[in-house]
Amino acid sequence: MNFYGALTIKQKQVVWAWTFLAVPAIFYCLIRFYPTFNAIALSFQEWNLLGARTWTGIDNYTKLFADPVFWKVFKNTFIYLLLGTPISLLISFVIAYNLDKVRFMHGTIRALYFLPFMTSTVAMAWLWRWFYQPVPIGLFNNALATIGIPQFEFLNSTTWALPSILAPAVWAGLGFQIIIFMAGLRAIPQTYYEAARIDGVGSWTTLWRITLPLLKPTIVFLVVLSSIGFLRIFDQVFNMTSNNPGGPLNSTKPLVLMIYETAFSSFDMGYAAAQTVVLFTVLLIVSLTQLYIMRDK
Amino acid sequence: MTSWKKKLLGLTTGAVVAMSSGASLAVEIEYWQYIFDARIQAMDILIEKFEAANPDITVKQTTFPYADYRTKVAAAIPAGEGPDVVQLFYGWLNDYVDAELITPLPTDMFPPEQIEAEYFPMVQAMKRDGQYMALPTAVRSLALFYNKRLFAEAGIEAPPATLDELIETAKKLTKKDGSGNLTQVGITTGMNAQDHHWFREVLVRQFGGAPYDASNAKVTYADAGGAAALKWYTDLQTVHEVTSFGFMDEPQAAFKAGRAGMHIDGSFRIGALDSTRGLEWGVAELPAGPDGMKSNYSSYWVNALTSKATGEKAEAAKKFIAFITTDEAMQIWLDTVGELPAKPSAGLTDENKMNPVFGPFINGLGYAKTTVFANESGQRQVLMDATQRIFLEGQSPEDAIAAAAAEEQKILDEYYN
Repeated sequence: MNFYGALTIKQKQVVWAWTFLAVPAIFYCLIRFYPTFNAIALSFQEWNLLGARTWTGIDNYTKLFADPVFWKVFKNTFIYLLLGTPISLLISFVIAYNLDKVRFMHGTIRALYFLPFMTSTVAMAWLWRWFYQPVPIGLFNNALATIGIPQFEFLNSTTWALPSILAPAVWAGLGFQIIIFMAGLRAIPQTYYEAARIDGVGSWTTLWRITLPLLKPTIVFLVVLSSIGFLRIFDQVFNMTSNNPGGPLNSTKPLVLMIYETAFSSFDMGYAAAQTVVLFTVLLIVSLTQLYIMRDK
Repeated sequence: MTSWKKKLLGLTTGAVVAMSSGASLAVEIEYWQYIFDARIQAMDILIEKFEAANPDITVKQTTFPYADYRTKVAAAIPAGEGPDVVQLFYGWLNDYVDAELITPLPTDMFPPEQIEAEYFPMVQAMKRDGQYMALPTAVRSLALFYNKRLFAEAGIEAPPATLDELIETAKKLTKKDGSGNLTQVGITTGMNAQDHHWFREVLVRQFGGAPYDASNAKVTYADAGGAAALKWYTDLQTVHEVTSFGFMDEPQAAFKAGRAGMHIDGSFRIGALDSTRGLEWGVAELPAGPDGMKSNYSSYWVNALTSKATGEKAEAAKKFIAFITTDEAMQIWLDTVGELPAKPSAGLTDENKMNPVFGPFINGLGYAKTTVFANESGQRQVLMDATQRIFLEGQSPEDAIAAAAAEEQKILDEYYN
């Protein structure tokens, strides 16, 4: 008390500032940094969740890079990213751009697009899983069968399983992207468009020269967010292929599902941690690269 | 205070004192198992009976979600909390013993010779260094479920007794639509369900192979026997066209919906099928192999003494394990859960053997084998991949079985070295 009493008002303010700041800081350290560093340490250990952890050096990493499944999964993860991000951004921009001009039932249409985003991914994944089933229960294949077209192996194909899973994932994310795009479009001052109209510029040029450049911050935000989303894809794959986790011959398995299986069905926690560290590194590199490329010059 | 109030107060005080002194004498032990209604119910009945016979011991049952097994049990025991007796899947036992979470059952109360004489032979997988680590109350085996209505419709009188008959029967039960798509399968298939057990311990043996060597650390099915078994199994789809992998998403769903004539599954499916309205089903023993050989796969859950239990509690826990492995307890478990008794003396009673539902399962126990898994889901995946390579990539059964054996050997090597 004496010590505190001897402080000046300025010093007391500092003490109080740090006292309040300490709460979120400690909380953040405990729930963010401690587990993160623990996971990094675990990636150099062997642990089956039951016994003691033992140090194994870089064994987990050498095993990982020699594992053909890992490379298959790594490739899948990037296919999800490289197909998912551009397709979803293109579709959502086209919808947002046109929806922005629609006055008729604007709110209702926007709500309809946003609806899938609010739906639980698990429920949605199971619904699509049912759509994709072969005859006699699958919706798509039953429709094909009634018009006499042979059924299509959606999920039970090494070629088509991944796109089949990606489709609902893209669809579910559209609502969010459309809303963000529309907010971005609304933020562009009308004066630019008025000036363009006075100068007699066509709508195509307006789009390329005014709308898109001014939407850049929005696009950067959505690219980063959707990339991270597709790199971490899990729920859709897990729920649509739970009979054969990761699809036929690992054709749909993303990295996160491999991590989950290694950790919670093989109980090889160290190996799973090593995969997590790799995923973290990839996410970091991809995000930083995107921010660098799309920064304001 | 009126006199009756005083009396009441005196009585209450007396009762409280008596109850608290009684509690301090009693030992309380904890029993842990995962949440599964019928099992919890059966255990409640057993605890009640045990407490009636041992008034100085109380047993507290704690249940938790299946997914929390490793995290909860493994965290609680070293902290001196959690179960004194825990229920574990037989395949996990080695991991728990290595982590020193489980104490072996003392040989004076649980003599190995007696266990070997009394229990079905597959329980011997629970023996390590001359001691039993844990004992089951109930065991499960496989059998062939068949849809009586579809059988009658196709004019089939009896379920198939051999693998050849199975193909013929399945052909009669299969239906296709105009485009050639299957709308009803003769038999369900899917390595993701129970078929990987049927393949490993039954088909491979019936075609002259053996899944593993005596140490269980070496895969031995990559030979003519294994290839023939895989060919027979995948021919059901590719040659005979009586089934389709992934038909109606899950084998048991197809059978439940009445869209499958036959379905191989475990005794634990009985409850779910019983409550399916409009389904008339029967059970038969698994079909015998080409030379008449019969085999089956059995799995079970065991009761183990944890390293948390010491002193009085350990004594009480041992008594409790002894009680829940009596013939009486096993019959209660069969009646409540539908899982089969682990001892022939309790299981092979005339009444049980003649039971149209339990009978085929119990008869199967006599010749059942148990796989010692290192990583069950990983080992299952290997066989799933083998069938997928045949279906989707046109690989030959010989190559597919060789690739599967190599992959599975890698899993075993990693576990045992």
